[in-house]
Amino acid sequence: MTVVATTSSTTNKVLPHPLNAWYVAGWDHEVTRKPMSRRIANRPVALYRTEDGRAVALADACWHRLAPLSMGKTMEKDTIQCPYHGIIYNSAGRCVSMPAQETINPSATVPSFPVVERYRYVWIWMGDPTLADPDLVPDMHQMTSDEWAGDGLTIHAACNFQLVLDNLMDLTHEEFVHSSTIGQEELSESDFVTVREGNKVTVTRWMHNIDAPPFWLKNMRDKFPGFEGKVDRWQIINFEAPSTISIDVGVAKAGTGAPEGDRSQGVNGFVMNTITPETDRSSHYFWAFMRNYCLDSQLITTQLRDGVHGVFGEDEEMLMAQQAAIDANPDYEFYNLNIDSGGMWVRRILEAMLAAEGRLAASA
Amino acid sequence: MAATNIETWQSATVEQVVPVADGIARIVLIPSLPLKAEPGSHVDLMVEINGEQAKRSYSVVESNHDGTRLVISVMKAPLSRGGSIFMHSLVPGQRLEITQPLQNFPLRVGARRYILLAGGIGITAIANMAAVLKRLKADYTLVYVGRSRGAMAYLAELSDLHGERLEVHVDDEGSSLSVPALVGRADADTELYMCGPIRLMDAVRRTWVERELDLPNLRYETFGNSGWYDPEEFIVRVPKLNLEVTVPQGRSMLEALEDAGAEMMFDCRKGECGLCEVRITELSGAIDHRDVFYSERQQRQGTKMNCCVSRAVTSPTGSRTDAGAGPAVITIEPN
Ligand SMILES: Cc1cc2nc3c(=O)[nH]c(=O)nc-3n(C[C@H](O)[C@H](O)[C@H](O)COP(=O)(O)OP(=O)(O)OC[C@H]3O[C@@H](n4cnc5c(N)ncnc54)[C@H](O)[C@@H]3O)c2cc1C
Ligand code: FES
Ligand code: FES
Ligand SMILES: [Fe+2]
Repeated sequence: MTVVATTSSTTNKVLPHPLNAWYVAGWDHEVTRKPMSRRIANRPVALYRTEDGRAVALADACWHRLAPLSMGKTMEKDTIQCPYHGIIYNSAGRCVSMPAQETINPSATVPSFPVVERYRYVWIWMGDPTLADPDLVPDMHQMTSDEWAGDGLTIHAACNFQLVLDNLMDLTHEEFVHSSTIGQEELSESDFVTVREGNKVTVTRWMHNIDAPPFWLKNMRDKFPGFEGKVDRWQIINFEAPSTISIDVGVAKAGTGAPEGDRSQGVNGFVMNTITPETDRSSHYFWAFMRNYCLDSQLITTQLRDGVHGVFGEDEEMLMAQQAAIDANPDYEFYNLNIDSGGMWVRRILEAMLAAEGRLAASA
Repeated sequence: MAATNIETWQSATVEQVVPVADGIARIVLIPSLPLKAEPGSHVDLMVEINGEQAKRSYSVVESNHDGTRLVISVMKAPLSRGGSIFMHSLVPGQRLEITQPLQNFPLRVGARRYILLAGGIGITAIANMAAVLKRLKADYTLVYVGRSRGAMAYLAELSDLHGERLEVHVDDEGSSLSVPALVGRADADTELYMCGPIRLMDAVRRTWVERELDLPNLRYETFGNSGWYDPEEFIVRVPKLNLEVTVPQGRSMLEALEDAGAEMMFDCRKGECGLCEVRITELSGAIDHRDVFYSERQQRQGTKMNCCVSRAVTSPTGSRTDAGAGPAVITIEPN
């Protein structure tokens, strides 16, 4: 009998997450002088701001007896005090005061994680700190650009982070999961192109001369009051490792040249998504919807945020059910279809990152 | 946080043992469960002394990317109990029980400036830090001090790698280090990492405090066995337990008491935690405090000592010329 060795684990159902990468730890406004706790990549992290406003991330367990530092309070300058026996640490995770003795134990430290504040998020590096290059923060510039307006929320998704990435890399599910808002049958009927370049993957889909689904009709009418008629619709999914997906979406009056680059007769949005593994089976899913029209309208910002929140609630439900079914059927494998090509490239890229960290074997 | 330091014991194969300086052997180990070694980390391993197993720690001088090869360097300790002598007797192919790399001396990335200070064999804990800082293009100076060039491991390699960033001070060439000058170069944005004899580290710490620099920016690791004086044999009396024990040169007071059947409290066994503290009720001689748990004030008080590392010596002033006729005698109450 010939045994064919499988060299790829591309369809692992529960993929481990690379550690040498930036993940979003939280929205900038979530991190305050009052410490908060968040589990990131399986590790509890205490997040707070220093007196001068800098974000800090420390392991959320005191060196002494592992009491959570997030239950403690921030002190002068960049320090935080353990709530249990009062050891004080600075932002580097070093003990600056041990109340019960006159000296400081040289090994009294808690891990301090590199953080970068960018694009309205606090990013954290959970892996080898010597590799934490701020230039590697994924591009989400629309979040802070003058040309874009919008807002977002966080979903606590009860599934492996890769399932969220799969969901966003293949939008044919919109027809079925989001039938009342953005779904339409042309989605699964139209052709798409997948391109992988380095740590990036792009999936592009154009639908020509179609009816705008309810969500997009409303947006068109915000910009072009009273609009009626057919549209050309696009979805350009941009993945950047490890887990950021910004989706260039929009519709324009049919035949006005949008596919060729003239989007002036349309409305354009960017669905900004970045997924942070919480555990192997849960994720913090940070998203925002940014638009490039009616920039001053807070009403539209709120309407879009609430609307997309409703749409993503449908994904959340599906993802939770999918993870539960995966766990309930340990003997069943995934099957991969042509529509999965974007998600499959993402898995390849993540696998290469895991291999470089010597952690590919950890996937099962 | 102790959790990252849970010891995973495993076997390792000795690949190579070569001398790298007078009395210092470079030992290459192939662990069976490789794990990347962070700068500042060490492995614990089991040595054999007179047929008995004992634990010793050795800093990881270098390792390859995935930790499949770990290099340590061991100095043959004068007046040794025998751990380092065992290490020098290793031959390629031999197996050892070791832990994965353990971390008590982490290097923080992102400081504005670094001074790395290695005294003698302390270079083992510092060399990897210097290599990482070089790779990160950080602003660092590596200061390496020793008694004589011949006794300083890796001088040539370090000089090749670090060029002008390496500063060497050699006692027998008359170029000894001036601690005030060294600390004088540190400012509020400088982190100083050091490993070396306790005298050197005490001097740096004192100057650091005098100059009102932030203590958390002074990082050090003790190898847990150097003192201000050479170890002497001394006698310890424990009235409460009805014990009189002789502590030989090559054995700690804690071990000697344990050997005599006293149930002692301890944890780190290297002078950091203060759990092995005993109260001194009578003393003929002086205490050679070798711990980093007490402040100078507490050490001067001389009412307590950490018996895992500290010893009694005959000199009442601590100066060697005042050494009396031995042995020192100390009476204690254990915890
Ligand atoms: C984190 C760490 C990293 C280390 N890294 C290295 C390294 O890279 N290279 C290296 O060579 N060593 C290193 N050491 C020291 C090493 O672990 C051993 O202590 C050393 O090899 C001596 O062991 P030994 O059994 O030969 O001698 P020991 O018997 O331990 O004697 C060594 C010296 O200490 C004195 N002494 C002996 N026992 C005691 C005692 N209990 N209390 C006080 N003084 C005593 C002796 O008189 C002698 O001068 C490290 C120690 C630690 C804690
Ligand atoms: S647990 Fe934090 S000081 Fe004791
Ligand atoms: S056992 Fe920790 S100081 Fe002695
Ligand atoms: Fe969806």
